[in-house]
Amino acid sequence: MHELTIASALVDQVCDHAARAGAERVTEIRVRMGALSGVARALYFCFPAAARGTACADAVLRIEEVPLTVMCTTCDAVKTPAARYNFRCPDCGRPTPKVLTGREMQLVAIELDKPRPQAGTRQINTEAMPGSPT
Amino acid sequence: MCGVCGCSDHHFGEGAHTGHTHGAAELLHIEQDILAKNDRYAGENRRLLKRAGVFALNLVSSPGSGKTTLLVKTIEALKSTLPVAVLEGDQETSLDAERIGATGVPSLQINTGRGCHLDAHMVGHALESLPLKRQSILFVENVGNLVCPAGFDLGEAGKVAILSVTEGDDKPLKYPDAFAASRLMILSKIDLLPHVDFDVGRCIGHARAINPDIAVLQLSAKTGDGMEAWIDWLVNSASRASRGQLVEASACMS
Repeated sequence: MHELTIASALVDQVCDHAARAGAERVTEIRVRMGALSGVARALYFCFPAAARGTACADAVLRIEEVPLTVMCTTCDAVKTPAARYNFRCPDCGRPTPKVLTGREMQLVAIELDKPRPQAGTRQINTEAMPGSPT
Repeated sequence: MCGVCGCSDHHFGEGAHTGHTHGAAELLHIEQDILAKNDRYAGENRRLLKRAGVFALNLVSSPGSGKTTLLVKTIEALKSTLPVAVLEGDQETSLDAERIGATGVPSLQINTGRGCHLDAHMVGHALESLPLKRQSILFVENVGNLVCPAGFDLGEAGKVAILSVTEGDDKPLKYPDAFAASRLMILSKIDLLPHVDFDVGRCIGHARAINPDIAVLQLSAKTGDGMEAWIDWLVNSASRASRGQLVEASACMS
């Protein structure tokens, strides 16, 4: 149920960044979701509803899923548990509560479609470019 | 020729595509938590509660686990020892806040409407109108839901998962997030154990497979069994937290 909250939080956050960058449209959103976040697939489903009517409406959502890894202090090594919520070392069987990766829920990057500069603004662009012909 | 759109009308050299008259794509690197806004509000709540010397617990469980009954009994037992305040989260009605209000402690109802959990923003506003006493305990009774409340930090000192024995001993495996996020699991309604197939040992084993550090208490708010251990846990945790605050405060002063 809360994946819609997460989708809406994501859309709000992306729209803020896009507005600050002066873009009207976002074409791509890249996020990183850990295995423990449990909402990666649900986010694909909820995203269009959350994005409707916003600058993200036509954006492609790309989710990078991060696997669960834990630190086993007995083996002194990074391990991958046998199941999502089995915090035991697959080799020595001791509890491994220290999660290294898998809790991520991050906005990584967005691709913006900047509006066309009007004819009159072209001068500004030229001034902004070092090494442009004078 | 422009490498992005292939046109020849391009005067600004390499890497200058953002100034292009056709409009252009720009990649903006952000690297920010999606719930950063909630976490920011939660951080503010945590600072406010710390400053006020309030030990706050976020109670999560499914509907009908006996949270409100446990709270009423807890308030009665704590009243002479520690001041208590309660925030009640439900989709609708103020029935719970009325039950808590009848005990005489300050309480406030938050209705989430269609929302399935409390968030830090709602709690922050509720804290503005709830009178908080120094060296007190604040219970935040989350919306009855064993899934979503686990993912939202409200600024509490810790989460407590409440599981009644009528729900089945496999719940920690089926709803792992709530038990992974909690520092204590309370098995409630243990007076009903003779009537249900609930294996306490198996349930604790499941909870510890998910969260090896989780503490466990068993109680019945109805008969009073195990209530003493729960009250001791509360008083000790609150005083440990306030000692921690004193150490922090004196470290800031020096």
